[in-house]
Amino acid sequence: MTDLACARGSLPVLEGVSFTLATGRALILRGPNGVGKTTLLRTLAGLQPALEGSVSHPPETIAYAAHADGLKTMLTVAENLAFWARIFGTGDIAPALERMHLRDLADRPAQNLSAGQKRRLGLARLLVTGRPIWMLDEPTVSLDTASVALFGAVMREHLAGGGLALMATHIDLGLDEAEVLELSRFRADPRRAADAFDHGFDEAFL
Amino acid sequence: MIGLLLRDLKLAVRAGGGFGLGLAFFLIVVVLVPLGVGPKAELLTAIAPGILWVAALLACLLSLDRIFALDHEDGSLDLLATAPIPLEGVVTIKALAHWLTTGLPLTLASPLFGLLLHLPGPAYPWLMLSLGLGTPALSVIGTFGAALTVGLKRGGLLLSLLVLPLYMPTLIFGAEAVRRGAEGLATATPLVLLAAITLGSIAALPFASAAALRINLR
Repeated sequence: MTDLACARGSLPVLEGVSFTLATGRALILRGPNGVGKTTLLRTLAGLQPALEGSVSHPPETIAYAAHADGLKTMLTVAENLAFWARIFGTGDIAPALERMHLRDLADRPAQNLSAGQKRRLGLARLLVTGRPIWMLDEPTVSLDTASVALFGAVMREHLAGGGLALMATHIDLGLDEAEVLELSRFRADPRRAADAFDHGFDEAFL
Repeated sequence: MIGLLLRDLKLAVRAGGGFGLGLAFFLIVVVLVPLGVGPKAELLTAIAPGILWVAALLACLLSLDRIFALDHEDGSLDLLATAPIPLEGVVTIKALAHWLTTGLPLTLASPLFGLLLHLPGPAYPWLMLSLGLGTPALSVIGTFGAALTVGLKRGGLLLSLLVLPLYMPTLIFGAEAVRRGAEGLATATPLVLLAAITLGSIAALPFASAAALRINLR
């Protein structure tokens, strides 16, 4: 990824971000709230176009996980996971359930899960995508200490198996393979953002 | 793709999914009309084709904002956009699921509702045929409207304002086919035009819907 600039709601937030990530390595994005961690991840995941610069990895190598886990509360844990496994064409959900300690909850509707259990299910989805690059936005929110350690172990296995990971997180997962990128260095020039707020009457009907 | 269709159908029939909502709404509108205009048989017979089609249209409209809003709220739309299925495929499947849960049940149940409005006997096959040909267009056009308004808080009203004008051609030819059927005239012309609208919408609108979704997901 070279010289990337990205914007949130027509407001440029980051510019000149460049890095390369080798196989088996993780990159942790750091920076104060609002610096553009989520925006950068969404741009890299192909959900929004970059203002400038280029991303070299193909979008079909990415598994993206946002703040929201994308769970259907009316479906059970196993049904939620089986749906994503089917979408990504991988099929078998048993190893992922086992790995994230969800097997006992498999038949429980997602609406009866605690916040931490929902997050574990959201992270189990990454395992059934079978994709090498994980892009995670605050993956450890609402996880307890044991689950954070579990996720750290899962992450290490993923990296050891030739995967890559990009994370916006403030918690230390204990990854020796991780590099840290401080995003506040890349803040966009505020003058570029000066005339971004000119909405006129566009929103009169919204 | 089949997985997505099955999930959407499963969600529609579980609690809070809204399956049956359209059908119940259709029934209530059709019951209200005779109460409003009076029970004169010849009056009801004259307005039945139009009322049935307007009611079907409104019933379809009712569940449109669910197509993407729920997936957007819980984050699955972002995840679907990064999944291996093209977004055009996602919107086509969403439209198909919407039709299977609203348009198809409406079509199958329509003879019953025709009875409530004193629809003349020869019109029944044409009512079912015109609804069967026309409701897919309602779902596809509605999916486009839902894609345009996804992410807006309380976008439901805007969605109706956007979508109802686009429903006009379907309504005109659909109701015309039933009226001609009721009077024993040839129905081929409105039915062919109705089918043309449906096929044109199915061919073109998934691409427009996918483009609108991409812009709204930014």
